[in-house]
Amino acid sequence: MKVALFATCIIDAMYPEVAQATVTILRRLGHEVIFPEGQTCCGQMHINSGKFAQAEPVIAAHARAFSSTEWDVAVAPSASCVASLGHQQPMVATRMGNEALATEAADIAGRTYELSQLLTDVLGITDAGADLGSHFPHRVTYHPSCHGMRLLRLGQRQSDLLRSVDGIDFVELPLADSCCGFGGTFSVKNPEVSSAMLADKVRTIHSTGAEVCTGGDASCLLHIGGGMSRFERTGKFEGTPDVTAVHMKKDDMTAVIGASEADHRVPGERGTSPQEPSRLQSGLSVGQSAVHLARILASTKENPLRVQSEGATVSGGSLR
Amino acid sequence: MTFLGMPLLRSTRHDDQEIPGGQGNIVEDESFAKVSHQHLSNQQLRNNIGHATATIRDKRSEVVAELDDWEALREAGSRAKNQVMENLPEYLAQFEENFTAAGGVIHWARDADEANAIVTELVEANAPVLESGRREVIKVKSMATQEIGLNEHLETQDIDAFETDLAELIVQLGNDKPSHILVPAIHRNRDEIRDIFMEKMPDAGELTNEPAVLAEAARRHLRHKFLTTKVAVSGANFGIADTGTLGVVESEGNGRMCLTLPETLITVMGIEKLLPSFDDLEVFLQLLPRSSTGERMNPYTSFWTGTTPGDGPQNVHLVLLDNGRTRALADEHGRSALNCIRCSACMNVCPVYERTGGHAYGSTYPGPIGAILSPLMTGVEAEENGSLPYASSLCGACYDVCPVKINIPEILVHLRGEDVEANHSPVSSQLDAALTGASWMMSDGKRMAAAESGLPIAHAATGGNPINSLPGIAGAWTSSRDIPALPEKSFRQLWAEDEARAAGEDEER
Repeated sequence: MKVALFATCIIDAMYPEVAQATVTILRRLGHEVIFPEGQTCCGQMHINSGKFAQAEPVIAAHARAFSSTEWDVAVAPSASCVASLGHQQPMVATRMGNEALATEAADIAGRTYELSQLLTDVLGITDAGADLGSHFPHRVTYHPSCHGMRLLRLGQRQSDLLRSVDGIDFVELPLADSCCGFGGTFSVKNPEVSSAMLADKVRTIHSTGAEVCTGGDASCLLHIGGGMSRFERTGKFEGTPDVTAVHMKKDDMTAVIGASEADHRVPGERGTSPQEPSRLQSGLSVGQSAVHLARILASTKENPLRVQSEGATVSGGSLR
Repeated sequence: MTFLGMPLLRSTRHDDQEIPGGQGNIVEDESFAKVSHQHLSNQQLRNNIGHATATIRDKRSEVVAELDDWEALREAGSRAKNQVMENLPEYLAQFEENFTAAGGVIHWARDADEANAIVTELVEANAPVLESGRREVIKVKSMATQEIGLNEHLETQDIDAFETDLAELIVQLGNDKPSHILVPAIHRNRDEIRDIFMEKMPDAGELTNEPAVLAEAARRHLRHKFLTTKVAVSGANFGIADTGTLGVVESEGNGRMCLTLPETLITVMGIEKLLPSFDDLEVFLQLLPRSSTGERMNPYTSFWTGTTPGDGPQNVHLVLLDNGRTRALADEHGRSALNCIRCSACMNVCPVYERTGGHAYGSTYPGPIGAILSPLMTGVEAEENGSLPYASSLCGACYDVCPVKINIPEILVHLRGEDVEANHSPVSSQLDAALTGASWMMSDGKRMAAAESGLPIAHAATGGNPINSLPGIAGAWTSSRDIPALPEKSFRQLWAEDEARAAGEDEER
C-alpha cells in the first residue's frame, strides 16, 4: 500500500524522530511511504484561536499537498491533527465561503488515519510484538489524549498496541482521561489554569513509577514532558499556584495522588476533603520522560529505543 | 457585582446582532484569566470542589451506565429542544394561550430590568407590609432570578427574598455567590457551613458539622417562613407548550412547599425552557436527574397548570424572560446552547472548572456551558465576556456528558472567531503576531522548509540545550514548563537527505 505521511508541524519541526519511527513501522510492514511536499500543518492552531481567515490558506496548503500526489491512505502520528482535518477543516472552509476547499479537505480527511487507527483498522495489526517486532522492556504509563479519546474515539487501540509490545511493563495512569492542560494557545492565554492541570497530570504520572509516559500526540507530550522536566529541575512548579487536590476514589477512600498516602488519605465520605494539602516532595527523581508511542512501537530487540537509565538524552522532559 | 441599568452593548457587524444583549449577572467584571488567578491558589476551594465534583461525576457515570438507551435518550432530548428553538415563536404563543386559559397571567420581559420591575410590582400588590416596614417572599432555587439579580433588586425595594433551598440558603446567609448551578455551595465544606449557620441563625444554638444536624437547623429556620409568607417566587425547569403547564424538579421538598402553600406564585422562566408536549417529559425526566444529581429520579417533581380552585396558589403569574436569549437564538452556530437544561454535568467533568471554581466565570452560568451561554447572551464585544470562550482546553469532556448534546467545544471555537472579529484582546498581541506569521509560513510548504532550515543555527545557538526561559508571550509557556532542545534538522530536511542518498545509490548501481 502507498501511504502518505502527514508529519504535522510539531513533529516535523520538534520531533523528527517520531515521523522517522512512523516510517520505520510502515516500511517494516512492507508498505511504501511517501512524504507529500508542501505539507505544513492542519491549521488547528489558528482555528482554535478563532482566526479562521488565517487558517484558510493553511488548510489550502494541506489540500494542495495531499491532492497533488497519488496515495492509498494517509497517516499522521497525531490524533489531534487528524481530528482537525475531519472536524474542523471543512467547517472553516465553508465558513470562509470556500466550498471547493471544504469538499477537497473532507475527501482528504476521509482517507487520513491516526497511526493506531491505521495499524488496527486498516492493516489489522493486533499484536505489536508479533507483527511489528516491537520490544521495549520498560515500565510505561500512557496518557490518552483528549482528541484521540473524544473526537476520534480511538478507544483501546493505542493502549492495546502498547500492551502487546514485547517486554513492556504497562501501568495504568490514574485519572488518565483528564486533560493535561495543553489546549494549544490555552496554555499561554490561561497559563495558570493550564499549569494547574499539568501539575496534576505530572503528579499522577509520578505516582505510577513508570520510566516513560507515552501517548499518541506529540503536542500533549511536549507539554507533559515540559512539566516533568521543570519539576525535576526545580522540585516545584514555578508559576503554578501549588495547590494539590488530585482526587481519586480508591477503596472508599479519597486519595490525593503524589503525596505520602499515610498523610493524605481520609475517609471518602461525602462532604469531607483532605485536611492537609499535599506539597510535592522535592527530590522526587525517578527519571521520567515523555515519548511518542510510535517510537515504542518502532523499538526492537536489535535496534532498541534507549531510555534515560540506559544513557539516553532527555531534553525538556522529552526522550531524544 | 450587578450591572443593572448598564447600557446595552451592540455590535455593528451584523444585522442580527442589533438584537440587544442580556444584562444582569451574566456579565463578567474582569477577564477570566484575571479572576481565575484569585481562585487558583485557594487550597480549601480546590479541595472542596475537587472532592465534590469527583463524587458527583462517579454517581452520574454509574446511573448513566444503567441505561442501555442513554445515547438514544440524548438524541431524543436534543431533537426535542432543536424543534423548540426552530419554532420558538409558535410554541410561545401556544404556551401563552394554554397558560392563560388555565387561569394564569403571562408577563413578557425583554431584559433583566423589565423582569425585576414586573416581579416587584406583583409582590407589592400581593405581599403585606410587615411590622418591620418590609415585605417578604420565599423563593425556590432558580437560575433565571439569579441571572436578573432579583434578590438584590427586591432588597432595594424593601422586599426580603428568602432562599429555601439548603445550598442557596447557605450562600445567601454567607453573603456569597453560588459557584455551581446545581450545588451552589459546592465551594463550602461542612465546617464552613456550620460556622455560617452559627453566626446567622442565633436561635439554632450549638451545632456540629454533621449534615443531619445542619439540615435540621435549616429546616427549623425555614418552617415558619413557609407557613406565613403570602408570596413565593420560583423558576421553572420546563414549560409544556401544549398544556400550558410549568414544572420544577428538586431534591429537598422546599420547592413543593413554596409552590403550594402561598397565595400568590410568581415564576420567572427563560423563553427557551419550553417543550412541545407532556410526552417529552418521558425523555427529560430521565435525562435531567441522572445527569445532574446522579439519581435515577429526583425526590420531588411538581407540575402546575394555571390555578385550581381550593388547591394551591390562586394567583399565578409567569414572567417570560428574554434577556439575550433572542440574541443567542439568532446565532446559527451558537443557538443550540439554548438547549441547556441546567443539569451541570458539564461543570462536574470540566478540568478548568474543577480548578478555578464557578466564581471565576463571573456569571450565574459557570463552567463550560457558561463559557458559551454568557457571551452568546451578551455578545463578545465587552472584552470581559469575550475572554470566556478561551477558558477551555477544548478537551471535549463536556460535550460527551451533555444530555442534550450541545457541542460546547465547537461553539467555544465559533465564539473565539466572533471575538477575533470584535477585535480586542490587546494583551495577547504578541500571540496574534506570532499566529499571523505562522499563517504566512504554513500557507506554503516552501516557506515552512525555509523557516526550518534555520534549525541547525537555532540548535547551535541554544547549544543543544533545553529552553527553560523565554521572554514575552512565550514566557507564559516557560513560566511552568521547559521546552526540549531543538532538533538539528527537521523531518522534512532529513527526508530530503534520505531521498537524495537513495537516488545517489540508485545511480551508482
